[in-house]
Amino acid sequence: MNEPTRIQPSRASAAARFPAHPVDAMAGTSLKPEHLERIFDEAPQRGFFEVHAENYMGAGGPPHAALTRVRQDYPVSLHGVCMSIGGPQPLDKAHLGRFKALVDRYEPALVSEHLAWSTHQSTFFNDLLPLPYTEATLAHVAEHIDEVQDAIGRPILLENPSTYVVFPQSTMSETDFIRAIVRRTGCGLLLDVNNVFVSATNHGYSALGYLADYPLEHVGEIHLAGHAEQTDDEGELLLIDSHDGPVGDAVWKLFDIVISRRGATPTLVEWDSDIPDWPILKAEALAAQLILDRHASGLANAGH
Amino acid sequence: MPAIDTYAAGFVSALLDPERPAPAMVSGPGRKAAAKRYGVYRNNVTVSLINALAAVYPATQRITGPDFFRMMVRLHVRATPPASPLLFEYGRDFPAFIECYEHAQSMPWLADVARIERAWLDAYHAADAEPLSPQAFAVVPAERLAGIVLVPHPAARILRSRYSALAIFAANRVDRPVTSIDAGEPEDTLVTRPGLEVFARRLPPGGAPFLIHLIAGEPLGTAAAAAIDDSPDFDLAANIASMIGAGVFIAIHWGN
Repeated sequence: MNEPTRIQPSRASAAARFPAHPVDAMAGTSLKPEHLERIFDEAPQRGFFEVHAENYMGAGGPPHAALTRVRQDYPVSLHGVCMSIGGPQPLDKAHLGRFKALVDRYEPALVSEHLAWSTHQSTFFNDLLPLPYTEATLAHVAEHIDEVQDAIGRPILLENPSTYVVFPQSTMSETDFIRAIVRRTGCGLLLDVNNVFVSATNHGYSALGYLADYPLEHVGEIHLAGHAEQTDDEGELLLIDSHDGPVGDAVWKLFDIVISRRGATPTLVEWDSDIPDWPILKAEALAAQLILDRHASGLANAGH
Repeated sequence: MPAIDTYAAGFVSALLDPERPAPAMVSGPGRKAAAKRYGVYRNNVTVSLINALAAVYPATQRITGPDFFRMMVRLHVRATPPASPLLFEYGRDFPAFIECYEHAQSMPWLADVARIERAWLDAYHAADAEPLSPQAFAVVPAERLAGIVLVPHPAARILRSRYSALAIFAANRVDRPVTSIDAGEPEDTLVTRPGLEVFARRLPPGGAPFLIHLIAGEPLGTAAAAAIDDSPDFDLAANIASMIGAGVFIAIHWGN
């Protein structure tokens, strides 16, 4: 595992079924069934849509019809939520097969998954659960990412988690762990700025410090989202990665700093519950686009 | 140091059981406690799964009201968490759970309403297929008709109920006030999705055994005999016309 394996996207395939819409320097939103009618009523605009892969793993019907139509006019980002890459058990081969089928079918501009796990033995817990950061977990997460990348024939972007607890058994920081994963697997990164802010607040470290240690040069996509506030056992602030409201001011500020360093990078606004009317979500994406455009001149030498 | 695979087993040990303390393997930063912090995961798991079943069973929730529904579902989620990451597959055991749930005994039709909702979602996600055209049927020579075998559309489902499950389902899948329904009339339901829209319609007498036999791959003659056995006034021509119109089948085999 000394030489990083760089897998090139196989988008030039002669069998391409969709236009190769570029996603560079664009802002996008989660694709929600509630908004489809409004989106189809509009003329195609600058921007992209991200879908949770699992919602399109049925055999047919309206979900595939809608995604096919969206993909004709827009770049699509395929975001896996349930691969359980961070779990100790082998990946679910059937699930990996379904994921590969979606990559082949929709030719997404971006493909991502999470540094987390959700399945233990045969039970699926439907949440992004945390893992300790050790040499042992590093080895099996890297194996899982290799397996996914081999299956789909292109690199994935790995997303940093929001976490609420720590494992005292961890022997390295999250940023060291992520750096090592990139080095071993050649994967890219999906930097969720809201998750950085949530985890930094919850664990009492500096979000800017995290970003200083984080390998920004490997970031291929950014996530922004809203969070909610609770308190921990000591009565201190505990942030929840709730995706149920607008992006917070502190997260916008961090995003601006990230873009000033990394250059304009595809950026997605996530909103998954208490979903607002389409114009409100679209306005959040436009706010991100303004920041991207302001820094777009830096794109040429950002190495994206 | 614990073995590589113990963190997952340890972490999930209390996820579905609010009576158990947070696993000792996790903490807050420094010396902070992890009870409320671990509780975030516990809450995420249970609430997201309850929400998933609320999305599968909206009429059931409308009938019971959200408080009753969420209490009933919480018990089911903790006893029967999903075995697949595909949440639209989750909840197949839920109608049977409703049937046994003590507080739902006054609504004996509720489980069948849930069964129609489950079939509706299965039809929604089923593979796309072009339904059989009336012309394909018209070319079969009359003497071969009894021997034909039909290939069902992947979305087609038949549900039999001793109650007015379809009427109750239909009245509660729309955002309109429900008028009084006589729950005691047995109803058979056909769920199909010939194009992108799912339909749930009531079958005439004998229609359910007729289609159940055909979907199982038995010849038309056998299915018709079963239908007449079930309902002597079974109308073969009318049932054939409506099953074609509803898109229940996609291909016809008349033996070579």
